[in-house]
Amino acid sequence: MPRFAPKGILILAALAMPLVFNEAFYQHIMIAAVINVILAVSLGIIVGYIGELSLAHGAFYGIGAYTSALLMVKLGLPFVAAFPLSVASAGFMGFIIGIPSLRLSGHYFAIATLGFQGIVVLLIINLVDLTRGPMGLPGIPSPGTLNLFGWSISFGDKLPFFYLAFAVMIVVLILVRNLLRYKFGEAFIATREDSLLAASLGVQPRNCRMLAFVISTALAGAAGSLYAHYTMFISPDSFTLGESIYLVTMVIIGGRGTIVGPLIGAVILTGLPEVLRFAGDLQFVIYGLMLMLVVIFLPKGIVGLVDQFKQRGAPLGN
Amino acid sequence: MDFLKISNLSKSYGGVNANSDISLSIQEGEIVSIIGPNGAGKTTLFDLITGVTRADSGSVRFQGTEMSHLPTSDIAKLGVVRTFQQTKIFRDLTVLEAVMIGHHLHDSTTLWQSLLANRAARDQKQNKRDHALEILEFMGMADMRDLITQNLPYGEQKLLNIAIALAVEPKLLLLDEPAAGMNPMESLRMLGTIRKIQETGITVGLVEHNMRLVMNISERVFVLDYGELIAEGKPEEIRANHKVIEVYLGRQASA
Ligand SMILES: Nc1ncnc2c1ncn2[C@@H]1O[C@H](COP(=O)(O)OP(=O)(O)OP(=O)(O)O)[C@@H](O)[C@H]1O
Ligand SMILES: [Mg+2]
Repeated sequence: MPRFAPKGILILAALAMPLVFNEAFYQHIMIAAVINVILAVSLGIIVGYIGELSLAHGAFYGIGAYTSALLMVKLGLPFVAAFPLSVASAGFMGFIIGIPSLRLSGHYFAIATLGFQGIVVLLIINLVDLTRGPMGLPGIPSPGTLNLFGWSISFGDKLPFFYLAFAVMIVVLILVRNLLRYKFGEAFIATREDSLLAASLGVQPRNCRMLAFVISTALAGAAGSLYAHYTMFISPDSFTLGESIYLVTMVIIGGRGTIVGPLIGAVILTGLPEVLRFAGDLQFVIYGLMLMLVVIFLPKGIVGLVDQFKQRGAPLGN
Repeated sequence: MDFLKISNLSKSYGGVNANSDISLSIQEGEIVSIIGPNGAGKTTLFDLITGVTRADSGSVRFQGTEMSHLPTSDIAKLGVVRTFQQTKIFRDLTVLEAVMIGHHLHDSTTLWQSLLANRAARDQKQNKRDHALEILEFMGMADMRDLITQNLPYGEQKLLNIAIALAVEPKLLLLDEPAAGMNPMESLRMLGTIRKIQETGITVGLVEHNMRLVMNISERVFVLDYGELIAEGKPEEIRANHKVIEVYLGRQASA
C-alpha cells in the first residue's frame, strides 16, 4: 500500500463530512474545528518544538482577526489582500513581542506572554474608535464569491467556507511539517534540548526561537482572518486568556512535539463542548480533570499513548 | 601567525581568579594538553575561548580573527568546537539525529527550500545523514545509530560527545576531560580515537586528569594552578618541572 494512502483516506473522509452531516449546526462545528486545528498546530511549534509555553496565542489570533476585518471594513480591501496582510501583521507583532520575551525562558517566558495577552485584550476594548471596543465589530464581509467556469460559489455559505478553511488548513499542515522536517526543525529541537550544546555546534538559538515564534504567530493570524470572515462579527471575548489556555490544552492533550498531536487535540476539544453541553458549567471541571490526568499519566498526550501501543505490537528489531 | 593565540586572558568569579593573565598559543596540527588540579581554571579557559562566558580582559585570536567578542555559534562557524565536561548529547534524540545536528552549519537549506520540501532540502538532509553515518563509522559506533543517546553506556556517551563535535568539521577541537571516569581499557580506546582525529588534520586541545593519557599523547602540555599558567613544555619537561611536582605532590602530601 502506498505510504500516503491512509492520509489520503482521512482527508477524503474529512472532505465528505459536511456533505454527510449537512445540518448547519454540524457544519459550524466542523469549521470551528478546522480553525482550531490551524491554531493548535501553530501553537504546537512554540510549545512542542522550542519548548516554551505561550499564553498569548489567543491574542495573535485576535490580531489577525481584527486586522483582516478592519482592512475589509474600513479600507474596503478584498479578502485575498486582507488575508495575507493579517498573517503578516500577526507575524510582525510576534517579532516585536519576541524580541524581549524570547530572552526569557520557562515560567518567565510564559508570564511575559501572559502580559502581552492582557495588553492586547485591553487595547481591543479601549481603542473604541477603531474596534468598537467591548461591543464588538459587526458587519464584516464574507470572503466573497468565486466565479469558476460559470459557477458562482459564495463563501458566505457554510459549505464553501468549510472547503476554503480546509484548504488553508492543509496548506498550513504541509508548511509546518516541511519546516519541522528539515534544517530549521532540527535546529529548533537542538535548541529545545540543549541550547548551550546547540550553540557550540553553530546553531543560533536566538534566531531559531525567533523564527519559530514568528511563523507560529503568523499562522495564528491566518486562523484569525478566517474566523472573522466566517462569523462576520468579532469581539474581544473570542481572544481572551481563556482562549489561549484552551489552545494550550489542545496541544498538551493531543501530544506536544508532534504535528498530529495538536491536530487531534483541536478536533477533540472542539467537539467535546457540544457533547458536554448538557453538563453546563461542569464541563470546565471536566476539561480541568482531563488536563490533569493527561499531564500526570500521559506526558506525551494521546499521540504518546498510540505510540506505546504501536511499540508493544511491533516486532523486535523494527 | 599562531593558529590559536591567547593573550593576557583573565576572568574572575567574585573573588576567585578563575583565569588570570593567561597567554599561550597552539600551533596547527598539534595535540596540546591543559592540566592542573581541580578548580585550576581549565574549563573556564575553554569557556572563554568558545564564548560560553566573556573574559574580563584579554584576547583570543584564531587564525588571525579576534574571537573574544563573538557569540559561541560564530566561533563554531570559524572552526573552533569544544565538548563539555558534563556529557552533553541531546539526551532524548537518537545517536544519528544527535550527530546530524552537529552538521547543521554545512546544511545550506534555505527557509523557502525547507517550506517547499524541494529537491535541495531533501538532498541536504541526505548529505547530513550520510556525513553523520561516516562519523559514527569513524568512531566505531555505527551499530548504535538508532539508540536513544541517554541509553548508551557511559563510555559510548563520552565518545558520542566527540562524534557530535566532529560533525561540525572543526579545525580546532577542544576536549574537556574526555576520559573522565573511564576504566583503563576505555581510556586506551579514547587515546586511539584522539590520535585518529589528529591524523585527519584536526588540531586538538585536551583537558585531562589522566596523566598517562596526557603524557602519552601530547606534544606540549600547559599547567594551570589557581587560574595561573605555571608551566608549559614537552611532556618530559613537565614531568621534571619543580613547580608542577610541587603542585601535584605537595597537594597530595597535605591531603
Ligand atoms: N560559573 C561560575 N560561577 C562561579 N565560580 C565559578 C564558575 N565557574 C567556575 N568557577 C570557579 O572558577 C574556578 C575554576 O573553575 P574551573 O571549572 O575552570 O576549574 P577546572 O580546572 O575545570 O576544574 P575541574 O578539574 O574540577 O574540572 C573554580 O574555583 C570554580 O569554583
Ligand atoms: Mg573542568
